[in-house]
Amino acid sequence: MPKWAMVIDLDKCTGCGDCMAACKVENNVAIVSPEQAEENRVMFWMDMMTIYEGEYPNIKVTRIPKPCYHCDNPPCIKVCPVHATYINPEGLVGQIYHRCIGCRYCMAACPYTAKVFNWYEPEWADEFKTCMNPDVSLRMKGVVEKCSFCAHRLQHVKEDADAEDRPINDGEYMPACAESCPADAIFFGDLENKESKVYKLSRSPRAFKELEDLGTEPKVIYLSKRE
Amino acid sequence: MEEKKKTTVDIDEALYRPIYETGKGFYITVGVLLMIILFAAFMYIRQVYYGLGVTGMNQPVTWGFYIVNFVFFIGISHAGTLISAILRLSKAEWRRPITRMAEVITAIVLAIGGLHPIIDLGRPDRVLNIFTAGRLQSPLLWDVTSITAYFTASTVYLYLPMIPDIAKLRDRGGKLRWFYDFLSWGWQGTEHQKKVLNRAINILMVMVIPIAVSVHTVISYIFSMTLQPGWHSTIFGPYFVVGAIFSGIAALLIVMIAFRKFFHLENYLKLIHFRYLSTLLLIMSLLWFYFTFSEYLTGIFGAEPHEMDVILYKMTGPYAIFFWGMVICNFIIPVIVLSFKKFKTIKGILFASITVVIGMWLERLNIVIPSLANPRLELSTGMYFPSLTEWSLFIGALAVFVLGYVLFSKFFPIISIWEIEEGREESIKEVEERVKSYLPGPAGTTE
Repeated sequence: MPKWAMVIDLDKCTGCGDCMAACKVENNVAIVSPEQAEENRVMFWMDMMTIYEGEYPNIKVTRIPKPCYHCDNPPCIKVCPVHATYINPEGLVGQIYHRCIGCRYCMAACPYTAKVFNWYEPEWADEFKTCMNPDVSLRMKGVVEKCSFCAHRLQHVKEDADAEDRPINDGEYMPACAESCPADAIFFGDLENKESKVYKLSRSPRAFKELEDLGTEPKVIYLSKRE
Repeated sequence: MEEKKKTTVDIDEALYRPIYETGKGFYITVGVLLMIILFAAFMYIRQVYYGLGVTGMNQPVTWGFYIVNFVFFIGISHAGTLISAILRLSKAEWRRPITRMAEVITAIVLAIGGLHPIIDLGRPDRVLNIFTAGRLQSPLLWDVTSITAYFTASTVYLYLPMIPDIAKLRDRGGKLRWFYDFLSWGWQGTEHQKKVLNRAINILMVMVIPIAVSVHTVISYIFSMTLQPGWHSTIFGPYFVVGAIFSGIAALLIVMIAFRKFFHLENYLKLIHFRYLSTLLLIMSLLWFYFTFSEYLTGIFGAEPHEMDVILYKMTGPYAIFFWGMVICNFIIPVIVLSFKKFKTIKGILFASITVVIGMWLERLNIVIPSLANPRLELSTGMYFPSLTEWSLFIGALAVFVLGYVLFSKFFPIISIWEIEEGREESIKEVEERVKSYLPGPAGTTE
């Protein structure tokens, strides 16, 4: 059974935010009004952490892309009262929007603050309504959502591989963020496959995970010489 | 015999009077409360229609007033059943005029508190999913279980000791005879019925104590089972239970003082009752401080960075006013007021009780919001401002509480009449014998 994981090379990342945009379009993530954004209700499945160090004019800015970490030991699924969030055998942590009761306990329990909530009925600009991704179901108000590692893409890849009776090739299943990254800083693949790029990168001495000491075993691995 | 019964009824006439005499004040109170409740209901329907966006909650502060009030109200509910059960169990004779009031608080407040998580849901239409797809591994389901058990046990525990009083109302005739006839369950006051009733009460009071303790422990588990700084603490269970009993006693004292004034029950609720109960309040205040001190000292001494973020947010950050307000309201004021006999008057006790209720509400606020507002990762610190919707539902919940109490006291005696009678007729002798049995017997005898 494969175990899907992401590697983000922070030394390559320019912090351009293309992954965020690609993710929003790919997953039909609602676009909130500026007033709502002011109230901290922005919806990003792929978020960007920005850290400012030092004092003006010597400021060092670090930008870190932050998707859902798809923990192997996810604190969110432990607390869900209705089985609306789960981890599948391939290590993908999913969300069942039509079952979620909107108690937001998973959001409170997630140490990475990876989940977002539909505070109002989600809205899109008219231009977007004509180019929704048909593979990703739309969410309704009052439910929690989060990055799915573009699990709908895996379905397509699986169908293709099954039709041709072959295993899934390394690099065949790529989430939108990894595919769109202009700096080639996001890698995606199977951690169980010792030949995969992701496996090799995860062994790099530059590799680290966020809040590893919590024992959540995130499957998003960062690479950086700094820190 | 006939003659004697009549006189006892007359003695306690003050307890019946509020049921049969309805003044203008009653209708005005009920009208005002209903208006507040209707407005809150309107705000809630509006919230269901538009979504939780009408509240002040956001990311990362995903829980707000609703969860704070949930913990707060369930805490208040410990006033009743637990205190009345402990007092009954320890044979405290001064409990007699207090137990009924305490139990009514539990029943009403528990219903209000139990509704709060549902008000908080983004999809209240799917609330039944917790039965069709429920996960017993989730602390929220533990809550559903223990609150349901507590509500069932405490309403039965409220109802059973009411039966003889309802029968008295039935026998007096007058209004709503069919209603009292139905509720009194054929009570005639025979020896057998008394024996059965006493046994049932005894079983329930023993059962209700562990259930009550479990309720607030499990509510604390909602927080302490997560990995979040400020929540992930082993003392949260007992800390919440102590806080619950603390705020419960304070609420009970406020209710007692209110009824004493409005129903003129000075003869039943004497200064001694308030003194005893406020001593209990003082003890709980010290216990609360002990827990709070341990909780924060371990955090500060260990100085784990994420833990410190939350503690500093409370002590010196945006929540400093609420944190230190909590310490003043829960510890400094009650200890000063309740330690000196000079201040331990009805007014002093009322003041201390009100500050304790406010302080315990602040404590719940201090637990829920700062941990959410300080995400572990390098994200911006959150802030939470409750919206009009949340305020009106808060005030609406308080109005439901007052209305519930007013209506209850309109239909049932707020002080257990038969228990007072029992106290007069039997307990004096019983207590004398009991005290004698504590004392050493004639020299040289052993049991």
